[in-house]
Amino acid sequence: MSYTLIGNHQKDPRANCDGYVDAMIEMMKDDKRIVHIDCDLAACINATRIQKAYPERFFNAGIAEANAMGVAAGMAATGMIPFMHSFGVFAGRRAFDQAFLAGGYSHWPIHVIGSDPGVTAAFNGATHMPFEDAGLYLTIPDAVVIDSADYVQTYALTKKLVKQEGITYMRLIRKDHKQVYGDGSDFEIGKGVLLKQGSDVTIVASGIMVNNALEAIEKLSLEGISASLIDMHTWKPLDEKLLLEQAQITGCVVSAENHLVNCGLGSMVAQCLSEKLPLPQEFIGNHSRYGKCGPQSDLEKDYGMTAEDIMEAALRAIDRKG
Amino acid sequence: MIEDKRIRELELFAQEIRLETLKIIHSRGNGHIGGSMSIADALALLYGEIMHYDPKEPLMKDRDWCVLSKGHAGPALYATLGLSGYFPVNEAYTLNDFNTRFPSHTDHLITKGVDLTTGSLGQGFSQAAGVALGNRLQSIESDVYVFIGDGEADEGQIWEAAQFTAHYKLKHLIALIDNNGRQLDGSCEEVMSHGKGLGAKFEAFGWNVIEVQDGNSIKELAAAFEKARSSELPTALILHTIKGKGVSLMEKSGAHSAKPSAAEWEQMLKEAEEKLMTMKEQAL
Ligand SMILES: Cc1ncc(C[n+]2csc(CCOP(=O)(O)OP(=O)(O)O)c2C)c(N)n1
Ligand SMILES: [Mg+2]
Repeated sequence: MSYTLIGNHQKDPRANCDGYVDAMIEMMKDDKRIVHIDCDLAACINATRIQKAYPERFFNAGIAEANAMGVAAGMAATGMIPFMHSFGVFAGRRAFDQAFLAGGYSHWPIHVIGSDPGVTAAFNGATHMPFEDAGLYLTIPDAVVIDSADYVQTYALTKKLVKQEGITYMRLIRKDHKQVYGDGSDFEIGKGVLLKQGSDVTIVASGIMVNNALEAIEKLSLEGISASLIDMHTWKPLDEKLLLEQAQITGCVVSAENHLVNCGLGSMVAQCLSEKLPLPQEFIGNHSRYGKCGPQSDLEKDYGMTAEDIMEAALRAIDRKG
Repeated sequence: MIEDKRIRELELFAQEIRLETLKIIHSRGNGHIGGSMSIADALALLYGEIMHYDPKEPLMKDRDWCVLSKGHAGPALYATLGLSGYFPVNEAYTLNDFNTRFPSHTDHLITKGVDLTTGSLGQGFSQAAGVALGNRLQSIESDVYVFIGDGEADEGQIWEAAQFTAHYKLKHLIALIDNNGRQLDGSCEEVMSHGKGLGAKFEAFGWNVIEVQDGNSIKELAAAFEKARSSELPTALILHTIKGKGVSLMEKSGAHSAKPSAAEWEQMLKEAEEKLMTMKEQAL
């Protein structure tokens, strides 16, 4: 693992979904087992480029997600390596029984890509806004669950997914996100990235929340508070070692996710801490609400996910150290 | 039979729906123009002539229901509901704004006149079947109209609902299949084909099937509804429509979701306005 931090809160010059597509096109050149299965949403993530490059290994399953998942499992049973994409709501809820049994329990390597995580679904509104997708996949005992942050990370992790032997789920932001990492950065599944070393509080974030946390840390430092930041791109398996190490140093934790807090990154972190190192934790994310329609920036405010929210949570956590 | 004069009026209503739908989507700048336009004529006929409803009492027990299982065509329904008296139509010029009452996918919790929440394709049809069954149990004679996309018909749930509806002979359920030949990634032929066609499929599932050769013709639609009425089986109207119908740029592109430039918007709105003017003049 090696990375450079950009983190200047500027828009990523490349669409995040192209990180997935670019990695796929490169991998499919050498590995003829890899296929992409879409559910009539290829155009949304530029997977039409995969279709152009490898028409014989691109399959549109139509608007039929449950079937697509089952087909992916069957292909995996023959030794193929299927990636299956739909919006997160459908890759999660609509195809979940298939994902759990035909994928997870049967132990076939299906790599599920769920796009438009949480508030990034924005104008597509409540019915298209997944705050529970990763949580569903966390319930599959041996699934790998990833919430990636930007183009470079998505590219790197897609290349690692292909080596996994069981089912994996990756949340895929489409575009208009902030760049966090410099070109050539590399990541390992299950290994968090320590982006800042602090002493007062540890912020554990992923996806779009990594940039919000970086902003929060700048604000905190103006108040003389020093925060650690872990980019926990892999929720499962959780990098407990890094989490406990930083929690030990700082004495309190804030989790920050673009997801329901009762079944996501925050709850994974809380379980680890309560078992191994009970400490105050504050939860940033969606506290048991449905999705709704609007610009992403308004939604981030509405669900309490902004840099200011993270900062206030950090202050509360520090307060609770007693 | 509906008189010719009434048909002209309904055609005018359909054009008003088209213009307002464009204005609603224009307020956001982008959206599902194609799939909204292909059902404008059927909506005009339903709300202008066929359906029993009261905008003052949207939850009236014995109303006819209209379910947009292809929920992304919300703007067309908002235009129709607005023009039918549910709310001032310009309130819908807030499409997808934060806290709007008009999200692009229809939601019964936030929009007056929307009967059921849709957006996850396939779900509206099953719910509509449930409404037909619930009504029958309560001796309510209302009809339930459900719009289904031809891409949407890829979903297994569509066929689960089709078998359920036929099994329970829910004759008050009328499915309007918007057979516009296109889904999101391209034509249905390329993305996921329908074997011998959606009509043949519904027939195999035990439905009364009526093919409407021009599903954008009020006259043909009216004749088809007339025939549906006498059936003891649930009826599927296979509407052969054009995605983007009436908006030249959209007919040409066949786009699912479009983000037209300012110039293109101007052209589309002008075209729709002029057409409406001409129709009004001819009606005089
Ligand atoms: C279960 C589900 N899968 C995917 C989508 C995303 N989606 C919305 S519209 C659409 C294409 C619909 O095509 P069609 O039903 O033919 O609609 P129309 O042509 O009438 O607009 C897709 C894939 C969705 N809304 N629901
Ligand atoms: Mg269609």
